Amino acid sequence: MSDHSTETRADGSHIGRSQTRFEDQALLRGLGRYADDLATPPGTLHAAVVRSPHAHARVLSVDVSEALALKGVRAVLTGEDVKRWAHPFPVGVRGAPMEHWCLAVDKVRYVGEPVCVVIAEDRYRAEDALDLVRVQYEPLKPVIDPEKAAAEDAPVLHDAVGGNVVNERHFRYGDPDQAFEDADHRVSIKVRFPRNSCTPIECYVVVGQYQPATGVYDILSNFQGPYALHSVMARALNVTSNRLRLRTPPDSGGSFGIKQGVLTYVVLMGLAARKAGAPVKWVEDRLEHLQASSSATNRVADMEAAVDADGRVTALRYDQIDDCGGYLRAPEPATFYRMHGNLTGAYGIRNLAVRNRVVLTNKLPSGLNRGFGGGQMYFALERLMHQVARQLNLDPLEVMRRNLVPADAFPYRTASGALLDSGKYADTVDLALRDGGYQELIQRRDRARAEGKLYGVGLCAVVEPSISNMGYITTALTPEQRRKAGPKNGAVSTATIGIDPLGGITVHVSSTPQGQGHQTVVAQVVAEVLGVDPASILVNVELDTGKDPWSIASGNYSSRFAGAVAGAVHKAALQVRARLANIAATMWEADAERVRFAGGKVFIEDGPSLGFHRVAGTAHWSPALLPDNESGGLRETAFWTPPQLEAPDDDDHINSSLCHGFIFDYCGVEIDRVTGEVHIDRYVTCHDAGRLLNPMLVDGQIRGGFTQALGVALMEEFAYGEDGSFLSGTLADYLLPTAPEAVEPLILHTETPSPFTPLGAKGMGEGNNMSTPVCIANAVADALGRDDIQLPLTPSRVRGLIGIDEPPAPEGLEPLAAPRAGGPALQARDSVVVPASPQTVYDTVLDPETLRAIIPGCHALELEGENQYRADVTVGVGMIKARFAARVRLSDLDPPHSLRLSGSGDSAMGSASGSAHVTLVELDNGHTRLEYVYEVDVGGKIAAVGGRMLQSASKIIIGQVFNRLAQRLTGKPVGGGLWQRLRALIARLLGKGDAS
Amino acid sequence: MHAPAEQRSEIELELNGETRHGRTEPRTQLCDFLRHDLGATGVHVGCEHGVCGACTVLVDGVASRSCLMLAVQADGRRIDTVESLARDDVMNDLQQAFSRHHALQCGFCTSGILMSCVEFLQRVPTPDEAQVRDMLSGHLCRCTGYTGIVRAVLEVAGQRQSGESQQNASENPNDV
Repeated sequence: MSDHSTETRADGSHIGRSQTRFEDQALLRGLGRYADDLATPPGTLHAAVVRSPHAHARVLSVDVSEALALKGVRAVLTGEDVKRWAHPFPVGVRGAPMEHWCLAVDKVRYVGEPVCVVIAEDRYRAEDALDLVRVQYEPLKPVIDPEKAAAEDAPVLHDAVGGNVVNERHFRYGDPDQAFEDADHRVSIKVRFPRNSCTPIECYVVVGQYQPATGVYDILSNFQGPYALHSVMARALNVTSNRLRLRTPPDSGGSFGIKQGVLTYVVLMGLAARKAGAPVKWVEDRLEHLQASSSATNRVADMEAAVDADGRVTALRYDQIDDCGGYLRAPEPATFYRMHGNLTGAYGIRNLAVRNRVVLTNKLPSGLNRGFGGGQMYFALERLMHQVARQLNLDPLEVMRRNLVPADAFPYRTASGALLDSGKYADTVDLALRDGGYQELIQRRDRARAEGKLYGVGLCAVVEPSISNMGYITTALTPEQRRKAGPKNGAVSTATIGIDPLGGITVHVSSTPQGQGHQTVVAQVVAEVLGVDPASILVNVELDTGKDPWSIASGNYSSRFAGAVAGAVHKAALQVRARLANIAATMWEADAERVRFAGGKVFIEDGPSLGFHRVAGTAHWSPALLPDNESGGLRETAFWTPPQLEAPDDDDHINSSLCHGFIFDYCGVEIDRVTGEVHIDRYVTCHDAGRLLNPMLVDGQIRGGFTQALGVALMEEFAYGEDGSFLSGTLADYLLPTAPEAVEPLILHTETPSPFTPLGAKGMGEGNNMSTPVCIANAVADALGRDDIQLPLTPSRVRGLIGIDEPPAPEGLEPLAAPRAGGPALQARDSVVVPASPQTVYDTVLDPETLRAIIPGCHALELEGENQYRADVTVGVGMIKARFAARVRLSDLDPPHSLRLSGSGDSAMGSASGSAHVTLVELDNGHTRLEYVYEVDVGGKIAAVGGRMLQSASKIIIGQVFNRLAQRLTGKPVGGGLWQRLRALIARLLGKGDAS
Repeated sequence: MHAPAEQRSEIELELNGETRHGRTEPRTQLCDFLRHDLGATGVHVGCEHGVCGACTVLVDGVASRSCLMLAVQADGRRIDTVESLARDDVMNDLQQAFSRHHALQCGFCTSGILMSCVEFLQRVPTPDEAQVRDMLSGHLCRCTGYTGIVRAVLEVAGQRQSGESQQNASENPNDV
């Protein structure tokens, strides 16, 4: 056995060592066992999901007959099935009668929302059948902007709710009104935090099985917890909770919170299996993942600080709107309340006023994402602190220092109720400034500015909460509602250590890791307690709710591992050790206190000694040798929950998390004046995460989180069109940092152990997702002297902040029409001259045969009603070619003067509608000029093509309609249309004179 | 040529040094064929549109996206996946360096990254950091921030140049 460690210790201790990971052996050989790698039962079918192309529409009808007729398709799960077997998901906010089903049953509320599930013999066939499911929609006006959604006149997503604000709470701590009245200065800022996602490289995977004999849904998925959501899934499946057996695979290809959102698909595939009468497997593809899995919550925050003359902040006022998307999916609105105890950040601010509103918009439902709630909150708070310094003309560093919670105040109860366990904030700041070279960085900035460069320095201080209080979400309820529901609190974690008859040690934890190295750290902890080689221990991190110990807090989120899970492991190991010491002491007739564990042996100093396996084996092989209080066998399960995590009190104080690390970051950025590119010149991040269990893994977490945060700051945003179309549907549109863009931060540490966790460790995996976006934003604000900093700071956005002196347009260039407000609709007018009388033209248009002939790409046209047709049309825009099931209509008939020709349709690539108002003008020569004003609106993937291309494509397609009409009347092309002008232009360029 | 979907083609290829056979539809992606028909589940599928790089394999020695190739295109070719790198249960120098430098966390992107690195170090035996980062730009890793990967590749390049790694391998044949 090789040494796995980069460091060995003479005393045999393992905790705190940079042990290389035991996980690596399998993962580096390609032998990981991820969800899609596991064997499925014989006869397993494969699912593909029909998804909404509309952001907001009523589902009028679903016709699956053609899909079912396709060879290999076994079943299609529809909203009707779901209504029969299932329930809507329970919603964390009482009193909001909103129904969220795992399939759309009445309306679709975001692009990508599941509408049907096709179940076939293989995935390829299932996808073939997607296009054969006919769904008829009635598009409704969508609302995308959270502030507009909160307005009285906004389109309402859930009719039964009556509005889009589904939860509103007001909080007051201390006396904020008085503090604002007494303040020397009031400083305010309004910020918006965008939608983004940490986008794991492995997407969702679910294998659903249903056992009709027992009514058990047995479902494997790469769900990450929290297992409080098990009850949400069981309720939705309409079974008692023991009839939902949820399993996780041994390995997970990353999550960062996002895989919490797989819960709706767990329910969906359970029902699909029931419908098909066979196991059903679904592997999400990347397009599905980006548009319809989960994302961070976008937020609008109005902030105000009451500040005294020397920069001390005496009160804060938050007015926040969280946009949770089309449905309030559990655990939302947790994005607000995870941070509720920490709204004053690292500062000792005693007066606080908060208004939190949760709104729904036509976007995908939001959920957990690394740094959950912290990125949003600190972006507002630390931008505000920066603004305080700017407005009072003080050094931002000084403003921060004057407000930090002092070292002698710990444990410190914040205004809103968090109990900050430990920390030395001012010392940590000093360490970071000294070891990170802050003075030199300031000189660097001054030099750069002297040379005319755009250079800025940004700072931020963050308290990083970890180990969530399972009761924090109830802060969204009123005290009365909470009293009715009963108190919720705690964070129960569990670990089991089993020792087999030959002394082999197996540890089970319900922590569902996603790459953090839990197996390694668990082995380190157990090895240290039991005095064995960590490499000899096997750690099982699969979770099976049908047979493993678990509780609502189980899972991998809120950075709970180092504090809570490793703590429970330590507790279980101590239980095992106590039993073994008791057994050995009985055999040796000695005091159990004197029994030692080291080097794979159990012994008494200068006394008897046995191999660990011998003592452990006694519990199995020789119960006769056991002390009276020993029952034999050797397996210990420990549960651990911290008493500090209490339910919210009647004044809405909530200790939302158990541990609170401290992070102080600063950075220097240089901005390219020409391109707007933000170059991170230096980044220093200093962490106090309590005791470090494995420093190598800690730094790995920091680098990974930092790089994701770099993406949030500079690149990443889930973009939506005003019509709700999703514009970031591929990894070529949603850009993530790659190796050349990645920056190496200088990582510094200090360790103030937590008094509340068994090992003194705190969570640390999310800190940079909270600190880094705002730190970079502050640096850019400093470089540009601007207050209105919005993420991501893409080159074009930064260029906009710098200001552009746009040169005048070249002569003769037609300016692009401004997009219509409220949607990407394109409007334009054109005309064509036809050598026939208006009456002839009019009669021709009304002839169905003419219509079929003049609509480009029309395969079939059948009469549906008077002047109404159903058509099958192929339209190409740019690279996208789509076949539309369309409806064509002639209306506003005023023969032979004017009429309206309109059409709308859906395709796999999105929706399109258009309408042209045509006026027929008789010319002196008896010919007719068709003047047409048209409007085109698109949604779905087509909308992502971009306005410029859509504009020219529409012009060509509409032009084709009228030119074909003219052609039909005369038997040859006629002048005046775009084609003619194009041909004339080409002919001129080729020097062949006028071709028309 | 347009082959009907249900028509299956016979495919013979050399996978990690062994001749393997299979029958599949003309439209089957190479990554799906390798994973589900031939059992090479070390090939990971992350985006199916050629951006993330997780599915990278060597096709006749050239790093290629197996999600952008059809299985039928691999007929008669040599395919090497991450499963080929360890010999007799011993990880190769690159794999060992990845572990030492904590160059992976969830490990999902790692298979593809390793295959690109294998090919790259053959083409560019003495790269500088910028070259390594440029090569890695064809891969997305969401866990590590790339630091450990860059360090591991540079270290292995250095070791191979000084012949150290071969020596180490022969000295520690049981290193697992």
